[in-house]
Amino acid sequence: MTEKTLLIVVSKILIPLILLFALYVQFHGDFGPGGGFQAGVIFAVAFILYALIFGIRTARKVIPSAVTRTMLALGVLIYGGTGVATMLMGGEYLDYNVLADTVKGGQHIGIFIVEFGVGLTVSSAMITIFYTFSGHVNAELPFRKGDKP
Amino acid sequence: MAATAYYLTRLRNLFAVVMLSGVYSLFAAALYMVLDAVDVAFTEAAVGAGISTVLMLGTLSMTTDKEKVRKKPPLTALILVFMTGGVLVYGTFDMPRYGDPNAPIHQHVANRFIERSGEEVGPPNIVTSVLASYRGYDTLGETAVVFTAAVGVLIIIGRSKDRSMPNAKAVRRREEDDDITHEPSAKEKEDASS
Repeated sequence: MTEKTLLIVVSKILIPLILLFALYVQFHGDFGPGGGFQAGVIFAVAFILYALIFGIRTARKVIPSAVTRTMLALGVLIYGGTGVATMLMGGEYLDYNVLADTVKGGQHIGIFIVEFGVGLTVSSAMITIFYTFSGHVNAELPFRKGDKP
Repeated sequence: MAATAYYLTRLRNLFAVVMLSGVYSLFAAALYMVLDAVDVAFTEAAVGAGISTVLMLGTLSMTTDKEKVRKKPPLTALILVFMTGGVLVYGTFDMPRYGDPNAPIHQHVANRFIERSGEEVGPPNIVTSVLASYRGYDTLGETAVVFTAAVGVLIIIGRSKDRSMPNAKAVRRREEDDDITHEPSAKEKEDASS
C-alpha cells in the first residue's frame, strides 16, 4: 500500500476537481464549449481514476454496477421522455417551445433536461464498459503484472 | 501527427501502440482547436485520448500485449488500402478551399442557424443550439448508440463476476489463467458463491 501513497493523495485532490469540472462542462454547455457528451466522459473518468487507484472492488462499493446500469437506461428515458412530454403538452416530438411560456424559456429547459439525459447515459455507459472490462481481469488493478510497462 | 501514425503501424508492442494512439488523438484535438472546432476538440481529447486509451489498456490486460508477426505481408490488403486512400485523396480535389465563403456548407442552413438561433433557441453557443434543439433527433440517436454500445458490451462479456450467478465459463477460464497476480482461491470462491 505504501508505494501507492503518492497516487492516493494526488487522486484524492484531483477527483473532486474532475467531478466539479464535469458539472461545469455539463451545465455551462449553453455558453461555452461542452455539453452532455463531454461532461459525461469527464464524470466517468473521475470514477475510473478512483477504480485504478483504489481497486475495482472499492469502486464497485462507491457506485455499484446496478446503479450505473439503471442510470444508463434512465438517461435515454429522460431524453425520449422529454419528447413525449412536449407531445403531451401540445407540441411536436422534442419541440421544446411548449415547455414554458416563452420560446427561449422553453428551449432553455428542454436543452437543459436533454443534455442532462445525454450526460447521464454517457457517463454510466463509460463506467459500465470499464467495469465489465476490468471485471474479467481478476486483480486489484486492471493490469496484470506482466503487462505493466 | 504523420510520424505518430507511421510508428503506430510499425510497432509490435501493443502497449506502446495504445499509448501512441492516445498521443495521436491529442494531436487531432489540437488540430481541431486550430480549425476553431472547440466542441469537437473537447470530445476528441476526452474520448479519444482519455477513455479509449484506458479501455484499450483494459483489453490488453485481458489478451496480450504482443502482436503476432506475419511472415508474408498481406498484399491484397495493402492494395486495397492504397486504392481507398487514392480515391479519398482524389475526392479532396473537388473540395472548396478551407475558409472559402462560397463553399456549399456556408451557403446552406448554416447562415440561418447563425442569424436566427439567438431568437429561436437562445444559448450563445450555437453548437449547443444545433445539437440539442435543431438536431434533437440526431442527438437522441447518438445517445441511443452509446446506450446500445454499453448494452452490447454487457451482453457479450458482462455476465460474470458481479452477477449472483457467475458465468461458469468465465470463472473456469480465470482459474486456468496462471499468471494472475492476486492471491488465490479464498476470495475468488467467496466471489463465486456470493
